[in-house]
Amino acid sequence: MSYIALSDNDKKEMLERIGVSSMEELYCCLPDEVQLKRRLDLPEAMPEADLLRRFEGLAARNTYTNRLSFLGAGVYRHFIPSIVDYLSARGEFITPYTPYQPEVAQGTLQIIFEYQTLICQLTGLDIANASLYDGAMAAAEAVLMASRLNNKPKILVPRSLNPQYRETIRTYIRNLGVRIEDVGFDADGRTDAADLARKIDKDTSAVLVQSPNFFGVVEDLKAVGELAHGHQALFVVAVAEAASLGVLEAPGASGADIACGEGQSFGLSPSFGGPYLGFMACRKEHLRQLPGRLSGQTKDVDGRRGFVLTLSTREQHIRREKATSNICTNQAWCALRATMFLETLGHDGLREMAMQNIQKAAYAASVLGRIQGVKLRFRGRFFNEFVLELAKDAAAVNTALQAQGIIGGLALKDAYPELGNCVLFCVTEVHTKDEIDRLAVRLEEALR
Amino acid sequence: MYPSHYYYTKDHEWVEVQGETATIGITDYAQKHLGDVVYVELPALGTHLAVHQTIGTIESVKAVSEVFSPVSGEVMAVNEDLNGSPESVNQDPHGKGWILRLKFAAKGDVNALMDAAAYEKYVAGLEG
Amino acid sequence: MIREPLIFEISDKGKRAYTLPKLDVPEAKDALAGLPIRPEIPGFPQVSEIEIVRHFTRLSQQNYCVDIGLYPLGSCTMKYNPKINEKVAALPGFTESHPLAPADTVQGDLEVLRLVEDYLCEIAGMDACTLQPAAGAQGELTGMMLIRACHEERGDPRKYVLVPDSAHGTNPSSAHLCGYTVKEVKSNEGGTVDLEDLARQMTGEVAALMVTNPNTLGVFEYDICKIAEIVHAKGGFLYMDGANMNALVGKCRPGDMGVDVLHINLHKTFSTPHGGGGPGSGPVAVKSVLEPYLPVPRVAKKGGAYALDYARPRSIGRVKSFYGNFGVIVKALAYIWSLGPDGLKEIAEVAVLNANYIRRSLDKDYHLKYTTPTLHECVFSDKFQKEFGISNLDIAKRLIDYGVHPPTMSFPLIVHGALMIEPTETESKRDLDQFIDIMKTIAREAKTEPELLKAAPHQTIVRRLDETGAARNPILKWEKSPT
Repeated sequence: MSYIALSDNDKKEMLERIGVSSMEELYCCLPDEVQLKRRLDLPEAMPEADLLRRFEGLAARNTYTNRLSFLGAGVYRHFIPSIVDYLSARGEFITPYTPYQPEVAQGTLQIIFEYQTLICQLTGLDIANASLYDGAMAAAEAVLMASRLNNKPKILVPRSLNPQYRETIRTYIRNLGVRIEDVGFDADGRTDAADLARKIDKDTSAVLVQSPNFFGVVEDLKAVGELAHGHQALFVVAVAEAASLGVLEAPGASGADIACGEGQSFGLSPSFGGPYLGFMACRKEHLRQLPGRLSGQTKDVDGRRGFVLTLSTREQHIRREKATSNICTNQAWCALRATMFLETLGHDGLREMAMQNIQKAAYAASVLGRIQGVKLRFRGRFFNEFVLELAKDAAAVNTALQAQGIIGGLALKDAYPELGNCVLFCVTEVHTKDEIDRLAVRLEEALR
Repeated sequence: MYPSHYYYTKDHEWVEVQGETATIGITDYAQKHLGDVVYVELPALGTHLAVHQTIGTIESVKAVSEVFSPVSGEVMAVNEDLNGSPESVNQDPHGKGWILRLKFAAKGDVNALMDAAAYEKYVAGLEG
Repeated sequence: MIREPLIFEISDKGKRAYTLPKLDVPEAKDALAGLPIRPEIPGFPQVSEIEIVRHFTRLSQQNYCVDIGLYPLGSCTMKYNPKINEKVAALPGFTESHPLAPADTVQGDLEVLRLVEDYLCEIAGMDACTLQPAAGAQGELTGMMLIRACHEERGDPRKYVLVPDSAHGTNPSSAHLCGYTVKEVKSNEGGTVDLEDLARQMTGEVAALMVTNPNTLGVFEYDICKIAEIVHAKGGFLYMDGANMNALVGKCRPGDMGVDVLHINLHKTFSTPHGGGGPGSGPVAVKSVLEPYLPVPRVAKKGGAYALDYARPRSIGRVKSFYGNFGVIVKALAYIWSLGPDGLKEIAEVAVLNANYIRRSLDKDYHLKYTTPTLHECVFSDKFQKEFGISNLDIAKRLIDYGVHPPTMSFPLIVHGALMIEPTETESKRDLDQFIDIMKTIAREAKTEPELLKAAPHQTIVRRLDETGAARNPILKWEKSPT
């Protein structure tokens, strides 16, 4: 297949205008020793029909999608209304560039402005950016922002933070004079308040807490926030399951100075890990240290309202090495889908969806908890994920479930050795009662 | 154009000497090249500045410029009006657009600077 | 055209666009006990489905896009986005895959990743590749971290990174995030890296040189092998910003030029759509010396099966969750398979033909600061038009009146008043000629009717916006006006 739009005649005329006799002459500036003198060793070109067949074969090898799955751990299945796919597939949304010429990009800019507003409404904070790569990178940027704001080197992070977020933060802070100190979790599955109180000191730039945390447990954010502020530290809240914002107290109302997280639950498919949607919001006094693009409202020469990328002096293309972040291309189309999703669900739809998550997860936990050999590991209240401790080896149980067409939760042993036979189960509004009951039957069998 | 009793730097800062105090700002040449000023980052009171140490930054829509201290001293006052009206730097760079006042650490620092005539000549050379 | 309000302005209580299935589990009365429940969210939208469909459809009509016309943005490579790529990426087998699924249930996904890694290595002449970085900038950061990790293992991370004065802003920004101090290397009169300045600055304290090839002027760094020698002689690494790979695909390979590590922008060279600002994908390809440090996990093949390998003790860790922007990577695979080796080479040849055609057609109307031969892009400046008080901004805004997106402006920094033009290989001669005619017309208007340019654009839904006001008094979200 070729997407070239020149005829043989066109090429002839163009070479003439340029004043060369062949395409080769245009590459005369390439030294001989670097020219590739063979064909690339790649499969021959495939026309559409063959391409489709090949991809259908690949997709068919993903047997996961035929299974009933209870995996969460940072990636969640929620029903996506059909208009989200329909509208976001428009060429005017998929094929434009970054809106640097606002006069011909008001669509993109207004949608970003709506997205920023929605994130502020959901997080209860003043300013939100146009997106970051994902929740993990957003957490890293939040930590770096906190450290820039108060010039302190230490960040306290509970072990109940998503391990991939922690790993990403570690990678980002490594060469920048910032360090993480771990805080434990308690029997409720929440950040250990006593451990936190012991470790917080004058070097603490921020306390970062995820809620609902990696175990699905809802943290006591207000208490953590008060402790952080009491020591002149910033309070950063990470939200990996954005759907929880539909019903749970907003990070801003709980005292957060910065909120960050993953917006995948807002209209993005699991898609084997990406593209996802990092979000970030903060209090207005921290505006100049917020990374990422911002769409701002203004007027044109005729007094008409319009939107434009603004405060670009924070960004890499102007500030270069002194920028708040090196981010350039972000996840704009994903933010567009999230905007469509949130506006379609609407206030009541989002709240109801979140409520159903709570109810179905509670039902599942109670049904599964009654099985011989299953115990709910943590006492803390949860949103749509919970940890079960099994009487048998978790990997073996999952294998048995898989033989029955069920993908069980995430075994936690590797990331948390002390949670040996624990498994993190996720139940959302897309799971039916029958499916939950089926899991219960098979789990019970697997534990006999 | 350029106040005759001010001193000037190659980086387009000006200094007005009033006894033991120096008032500092950026020149008309600088504001013209920056474009519309949208934000001025001011230092904290009591900051001790060395010669050519960064005072702060001035932002326009498309650019950021560092402001360097022409003389050494302790920051006694900053122009808070610039928070609400950064455009003063464009409208009256040598007057209302002043950035900070400091107490001289070494008054002799001004001897290394240009006077108005020398600065005008320097700027003419740049624009040519 | 109807001016579309903000969704919040048409929102009202009682309107609903979405209905959930009824709750099918028994409702637990105490399910909410102990949970911090939020009150109503003031102002959160409540609209009907038709209003949403019209809202976004109307907003889409306010966007210029590749499907409408040419985007001659230098170094952005805004080529046509093939629709078959969208179709295959939307296959449920891919979209519904959970990244933590057992490896034996996602063999198709793992094969996609592995294939693209291998293909990019072949195209770039490198030994190993990671697909984890989400965009070019993150790729740069990853590449610099790999370099630092290797230097650290050798005993000295070093202090500096050299970056040409023509570089894209993400280059120094990424180096800085790695803990390095950035030093600029001058460009010579031809616009390429000044070898003398490089040799002078390249010491045992410099970790790497970041180079873009062709550079941001569209000029091939002819002395690239010599550049690599200078850098390697002092134990440094040569990093290449692969943003301009569109000029090189199938013609030459960075790995053959002494490059140790580079990032590639799938949303440029490999046709994945720009989406209004992402998602992109910034794979990083390396020579084997840097392979041990690549982000974790790696996709391994054991027997006939693919698996994720986390046993990588020397890895720099993760730069984001999971394995990369998978949905974007699938599209790049479709593109590589669609074009095959001959099609990929044709990209570069026609990209260079199209760009040189524009350059030759406009070199009397616009000033070319550097007369060095250029490849897939060229950089004019507004010098001729400046005589009439017209700047590159005015030219750009007037282009919009003629239905064309302006080129990249004011970049690279070494050309004052720059207009960086990259048509890409997917433009037809008709569209190129139309662009040339418009540019010639504007050059004439600059002389005879400069006020037309200064007040442009005239026809768009909004005209020139007050960017100063937007920055002085930022309004970054909708707020309900007090009644």
